[in-house]
Amino acid sequence: MTEYTFLIPLLPLFAFIMIVFFTRWKEMFSALLSIAMILAAWVMSVVILIETLGRIDEPFQWAYKFVNLPNFVLEIGTLVDPLTAVMLVVVTTVGACVEIYSVGYMHNDPRFSRFFAYLSLFLFSMLGLVVANNFFMIFIFWELVGLTSYLLIGFWFEKKSAADACKKAFITTRVGDLGFLVGLFMIGIYFGTFNYGGVFEIAGSGVIPAGILTAAAIFVFCGAVGKSAQWPLHVWLPDAMEGPTPVSALIHAATMVAAGVYLVARSMPLFVTSAEASLVVAIIGLITSFMAASIGLVQNDIKRILAYSTVSQLGYMIMALGLYGYDTAQGHHSPGFYAGTFHLMTHAFFKGLLFLGAGSVIHAVHTNDIQEMGGLARKMKLTAPTFMIASLSIAGIFPLSGFWSKDEIVAAASHYPIFLIGTLAIAFMTAFYMWRLCFLTFFGEPRDQHRFDHAHESPKNMTYPLVFLAVLSICAGWVGLPWIHKGFATFVYHGEAYEPHANYLLMAISLIVGLSGIYLAYLMYYKKSISADAMAEKFKGLYKLLYNKYYFDEIYQKVVIDPVMAFAGLMWKFDANVIDGAVNGTGWLTIKWSDIKEWFDTWIVDGAVNGCGWVVRQGANILRFMQTGSMQFYALFIAVLVVLFGLYKFEVKFLKIGWPTVTIIFILGVTLLALLTRITQIKFKANRRTDGEE
Amino acid sequence: MMLPYLALAAILFSIGLFGVLTRRNTIGILMSLELMFNAVNINFVTFNKFIWTDGLVGQMFAIFIVVVAAAEAVVGLAIVLLLYRNWQGIDTDHVSVMKW
Repeated sequence: MTEYTFLIPLLPLFAFIMIVFFTRWKEMFSALLSIAMILAAWVMSVVILIETLGRIDEPFQWAYKFVNLPNFVLEIGTLVDPLTAVMLVVVTTVGACVEIYSVGYMHNDPRFSRFFAYLSLFLFSMLGLVVANNFFMIFIFWELVGLTSYLLIGFWFEKKSAADACKKAFITTRVGDLGFLVGLFMIGIYFGTFNYGGVFEIAGSGVIPAGILTAAAIFVFCGAVGKSAQWPLHVWLPDAMEGPTPVSALIHAATMVAAGVYLVARSMPLFVTSAEASLVVAIIGLITSFMAASIGLVQNDIKRILAYSTVSQLGYMIMALGLYGYDTAQGHHSPGFYAGTFHLMTHAFFKGLLFLGAGSVIHAVHTNDIQEMGGLARKMKLTAPTFMIASLSIAGIFPLSGFWSKDEIVAAASHYPIFLIGTLAIAFMTAFYMWRLCFLTFFGEPRDQHRFDHAHESPKNMTYPLVFLAVLSICAGWVGLPWIHKGFATFVYHGEAYEPHANYLLMAISLIVGLSGIYLAYLMYYKKSISADAMAEKFKGLYKLLYNKYYFDEIYQKVVIDPVMAFAGLMWKFDANVIDGAVNGTGWLTIKWSDIKEWFDTWIVDGAVNGCGWVVRQGANILRFMQTGSMQFYALFIAVLVVLFGLYKFEVKFLKIGWPTVTIIFILGVTLLALLTRITQIKFKANRRTDGEE
Repeated sequence: MMLPYLALAAILFSIGLFGVLTRRNTIGILMSLELMFNAVNINFVTFNKFIWTDGLVGQMFAIFIVVVAAAEAVVGLAIVLLLYRNWQGIDTDHVSVMKW
């Protein structure tokens, strides 16, 4: 089955093409086709995962060289190693759940079929990105997921906020993609190949100078910063929540934003060659994670809280991968790589579940504001428990999946005090804001009785995916239990397989941190023994800073957007005055030049033509005197010419005169005679006319 | 010795030419043309008599001219007849329409 990996991305593509061209008028058929294709892809992915379990150390590679030059090759191909296999299963699982869920969530939407077409296109791009075997191909699919993300965020483009959000998401990720592109160019120039294997071999061989390696790694990381919403390009992800909730679950929680993490994990052999680049990765991950978690503490929009949570968790993974690269570059062992990819997998399940649960809640109460909810646990018998399972999982509570992966990240950070404190603080904040969300949404008294009365549990095709993902949120982490001899760590690894060993102290600490976060939320929002408002009042400055998301949007507005707009205005003025002026000036010159040419044409060219006519006409005006019509005149003319000829002969032959004077005088006389005849003719005609009138 | 003959022919020719150029009546023009023909005939005969005595070439030519003049007079009179039909007159002024 592994040889047929290339079919996995093509299945959703097939669904996309079929929906766009044939079945879009049959809505349910479109949805079913799309679900059938992703389920088929899911089955194939599971089979491939099982096959890959049997051959961990020999990745399967298949490639077609579509540009084959002596020094340069571009390939399109697939690479199946454990990382790919895990990502395939994650993407297809969440994808299938989201598509089934969407049938319920999007029902009655006027663009129902289009939604499924976009979802299928996205899954095609994402799966293509996962199976790619070279940087060139991953970049193509990288841009394709960016495009589909744009289309899906702006799916309800009638809303101005959605239209703005999709533009913001696209443009912000482009900034990172530009860096990625530069990184690709560096790889192309210095390594001469895009194939992962080739690039990593050259990177590890030490041929390339360290500075180049660091620069290339950091530029490639730029792509991940944009796509995975890392600081300083994180601003687009919370706004991306304007899209439909299934989209947020699939793209902006579980898969596309994880593509950045996947890219870093995939390029890990590049990062381990440069401690500096890895340190940059780790620091950016820590900053992002801490910043996003702290913003999440005070937000009120259910999806935005989850969005900041996503940013924070992605920062976590990135940090773990960066620490791994840093440690490995210095020759230490580290669980970072395994921790990052492990968390990537578990996070996809529980964050997908959280978003789908949030969608279910929004579907029931038609608002995003958690201050207007409350007590929903009584009404939503399936959504509430599954949501709480996911919240426990993300808070890192034993023995749910989040606990195991988060524990490994803490273990990876444990050698560095700053990172250790940071990760624990983030874990505490995560537990707090997730359970703040849970308590405000599902417990207590309803704060909006009208909305509460109309709330209802969602249909089965929405709740069943929740249950399925809840099971995964509990169990998915068990593949990486530190007590299993051949667990996740020996399956997905880089370099040498890492054997995790249970560090009970760290486990206890992270568990206590998580529980204390939940307990604080319990005190503040359930028992209300600590007043949230009083806390907000006490730390007013901090609260405002967090509530306004560190003013990043405002800073970008002032620092980037306003100057760009001002520059654009300047350019517009330049355009309107100089470019348009040049164009109009050219037009004006052309008109003037053609005026000159018109004058030339009228007077010189036409003048020449008319002049020829005029000369002929004037010559004829003289000569036509001869043509009097009077035959006696002709007879006279002949007689005169005969006499003239005789005279000439006489003068030249007999009198031997060089200059026949008499003849010339005679000719002049005859001409005079002709003119006189002409005048008499006119007079004659005039007379005739008057005669006729009389 | 042949001067009187040539003088006669020249006078006759000039009278004919004058007639052709000045007569308005087409019949008169035709008659003047006959005078010119006859002046030429006299010349031919004179030259045959005094200059080219080896044969009767001049006389022969004069007789040919008489014949041709008769044919020409027929054609000319036919034209005159048509002129009369079309213009109800035979003055040359009437037929001066073939001009610019």
